[in-house]
Amino acid sequence: MSFFRASNLCLSFGGIRAVQDVSFEVEKGEVFSIIGPNGAGKTTVFNLISRFYDLDSGSLHLGETDLGKLQAHDVANVGIARTFQNTELFEHETVLQNLLIGCHVNRRSGLFSELLHLPGARKQELEFRQTVEDVIDLVDLQAYRYQSIGSLSYGVRKMVEIARALCVKPRLLLLDEPASGLNPEETDDLSFWIEDISQDLGITVLMVEHDMSLVSRVSNRVLAMSEGKLITIGNPGEVQRHPEVLEAYLGQSEDAA
Amino acid sequence: MTSEILQLLISGISQGCLYGLVALGFVLIYKATEMVNFAQGELMMLGAFVAYTFLDILQWPFYWAVLATIFVMAVFGVVIERVFMRRMIGEPPFAALMLTIGLGFLLRAVAGAIWGSDPRSITTPYGGGIFSIGDAVLGYENIAIVIGTAILCLLLYLFLRYTRVGIAMQAASQNQLAAYYVGIPVKRVFSLVWAISAMIAAVAGILIAPVSLVDPQLGFIGVKAFAAAIVGGFGSLPGAIIGGLIVGVAEQFAGLYLPPGFADTSAYVILLLVLIARPEGLFSTMQKKKV
Amino acid sequence: MRFIFKTQYEQDISLLKHRGQLFWYGLLLAVLIAAPLFLDRFYLGEISFVFIYAIAGLGLMLLTGFTGQVSLGHAAFLAIGAYAHAYMLSKGLAFVVALPTAMILTGIVGAIVAIPALRLVGIYLAIATLAFLIIVEQIIIRWVSVTGGGRGMLVPPVEIFGLAVATPGRFFYLCLALLIVALIFVMNLLRAPSGRAMIAVRDSEIAARSMGINLAKTKATSFGISAALTGLAGALMAHHTGYISPEAFTLTISIQLLLLIVVGGLGSIHGAILGAIFVGFLPQGIALLRDTLPPAIGEVPGLEPGVFGLILILFLLFEPHGIYGQWLKVRQFFSEFPLYRRATNKRQKTYLRTERVR
Repeated sequence: MSFFRASNLCLSFGGIRAVQDVSFEVEKGEVFSIIGPNGAGKTTVFNLISRFYDLDSGSLHLGETDLGKLQAHDVANVGIARTFQNTELFEHETVLQNLLIGCHVNRRSGLFSELLHLPGARKQELEFRQTVEDVIDLVDLQAYRYQSIGSLSYGVRKMVEIARALCVKPRLLLLDEPASGLNPEETDDLSFWIEDISQDLGITVLMVEHDMSLVSRVSNRVLAMSEGKLITIGNPGEVQRHPEVLEAYLGQSEDAA
Repeated sequence: MTSEILQLLISGISQGCLYGLVALGFVLIYKATEMVNFAQGELMMLGAFVAYTFLDILQWPFYWAVLATIFVMAVFGVVIERVFMRRMIGEPPFAALMLTIGLGFLLRAVAGAIWGSDPRSITTPYGGGIFSIGDAVLGYENIAIVIGTAILCLLLYLFLRYTRVGIAMQAASQNQLAAYYVGIPVKRVFSLVWAISAMIAAVAGILIAPVSLVDPQLGFIGVKAFAAAIVGGFGSLPGAIIGGLIVGVAEQFAGLYLPPGFADTSAYVILLLVLIARPEGLFSTMQKKKV
Repeated sequence: MRFIFKTQYEQDISLLKHRGQLFWYGLLLAVLIAAPLFLDRFYLGEISFVFIYAIAGLGLMLLTGFTGQVSLGHAAFLAIGAYAHAYMLSKGLAFVVALPTAMILTGIVGAIVAIPALRLVGIYLAIATLAFLIIVEQIIIRWVSVTGGGRGMLVPPVEIFGLAVATPGRFFYLCLALLIVALIFVMNLLRAPSGRAMIAVRDSEIAARSMGINLAKTKATSFGISAALTGLAGALMAHHTGYISPEAFTLTISIQLLLLIVVGGLGSIHGAILGAIFVGFLPQGIALLRDTLPPAIGEVPGLEPGVFGLILILFLLFEPHGIYGQWLKVRQFFSEFPLYRRATNKRQKTYLRTERVR
């Protein structure tokens, strides 16, 4: 049984067929990228996995679990965490608070023990803090711990998004255009981090990305989409040379008659 | 029996138009500036008092006084926008709401200081006359309210649909920075919107004065009009009028068929029922955020 | 300039950040405990009222300041708490039973109110809570057998296990103790996942959901606890005035509570306390002002709400972070002296982006 399986996903918004019969499988521990021109439906697929949208037809499975039965807030519970294209951070809080909120899924304490700050709740708090600090160490956010999100630069905000997703301790990490808006140096750092996440932490990564060099560097396999339809799946080299993929991105050559 | 129903319907429509006018002012400001003006009722109250000043204190002829009132209130609307609301642009909506709540209190106190808290009434050329349809009685004031509302709505519709300002208003409300970039003088648009809303409030004040007494507490009708605006869906201008009519008519029927006290709360019960069924009002304009 | 060198994670979670805080708050507590010895009953009553308002303010701050749900109808929870408590006392239940029961009852009502409120946002929620308040008012007026209707209810003085807590001094201690307990509960909540979930809901519902936070449960919890705290304040208020009637729980009171949290400083616990002090003593201040102003202004019947409105406007225009925000700036000034720059806290030019896309 594959680690993550998407079968015949279909979703339409009114007359727009956003996702048409897309199927793919992700193996445990691999880095799987989804590429395609804008409007191809890549983020829609993510939103389907996160259960922000309901499928018209098709299914999503993480191991044995059918994602279609879950509500949006249960998705993190089964071990899926995601980042957003335009960062969705908690603007009025510090980086530390944002990351601590990321630990929410692993909470064992109830309202009562938290109100009274019972030893169990306290111990959990300290464990969460340890988790957060480990993640901060991994992505080098030490300098920004107590800073409010509003004062951070774009590159740092993206890293906080990823760090927050890591605090969930996910099995599957969804990265939505992690490199958009980053300069080449930051993208380089990002590629190292994705490698670390995949190899050291053993997290399976599903990534939507436009930056081809990043995709080639870190991905095991790539899926190309265009206008809601799947074009091809293969390793980065194959996909980049695939004629339909080139056509989707670059358009048809006028000479091709 | 039917004449009873007819009477209720007539009173309800008349009252509903008043709610609708105040609600229209709310929705206009909200559509254009994304701010909620909780002081709209107080603007209406001020309009009524200003009309009183022109008509009864200065003894101007009716139509001149009406024009003068509308003009004065338009200027006042611009002043409020310039002095208070402009600084609230970009702040969370809650802040603007609280600001206008404070403004409402302030205006009430100021009105009490200037005109005193004794109830007044204004003299209108159509006051006192009645018109009957069968057993139902319709005061000229009520007819004036309905006609006034209809004319105002028509003018507003034409203005928003066929002038560039109307489109500019919508642009400025959806994305201010982008509006600036395409050359829309956003601040001037906002001032204009407040002026128009104040003018609508002035008309509402003039229309309501003959049917209800004018005192600083008149603004409280704004709370019910607010409920009416929400029922209609807060971003829709026709929705505001329709919401007002629904509330106005329902109130009259509740007053007759239900125990006393229920009439007052019927507006709010309707509100809650509508919101449970459709959380964004009947004709809402909300869209889902794309992430 | 104080530099806090942290060596343990415990220091980040503890309620008091450093020795200095312990000293000053300890001093404050000592002064308050000694207060009945040197203040006369009028001032004790006033400060008790401030304590009660602070508890209600904490409740509203939790809901509006921390969870982002605007409530124009919080006076309804004051009313439910007050009437439930008074009714149980009139049926012979002991204070120590009636009070927690009234709190829990109000909390449950709050959680129930949260259910339809889940789908409402912003202004819709505010008006729905307003509608709730008005309907509760009507119920109070009509349910004469329980509430005494428009005539109101007399409230017997507090008696705990036979000990009369009716004197201003003892009632003062009761209110102070309950305020401290409420503060500790709320602070505990905010340094735990429950409280952080509420903050997450305020800042980004989408991100909160993807982090595994159940919006419905969080909002219901916030409404429930907020209502329970406000209900507690209502019950204490009933004892403070000795008599409750529907006029004590109007929209104006709801707005006063909102004024409290905005002027105090939205989104902070200090804000609730500072706001309560401000709103509690404001009527006194206005009364004093009345005497010094010319009669044309001083005699106006709507003066008190008018001054409230003016102060609210001034704060929102010039100091949106409230008294606490101003206090933080002052503290920053002194700690960074002489290097403080006003531009540090300058408000950024912001542009309007529509909220109608959610």
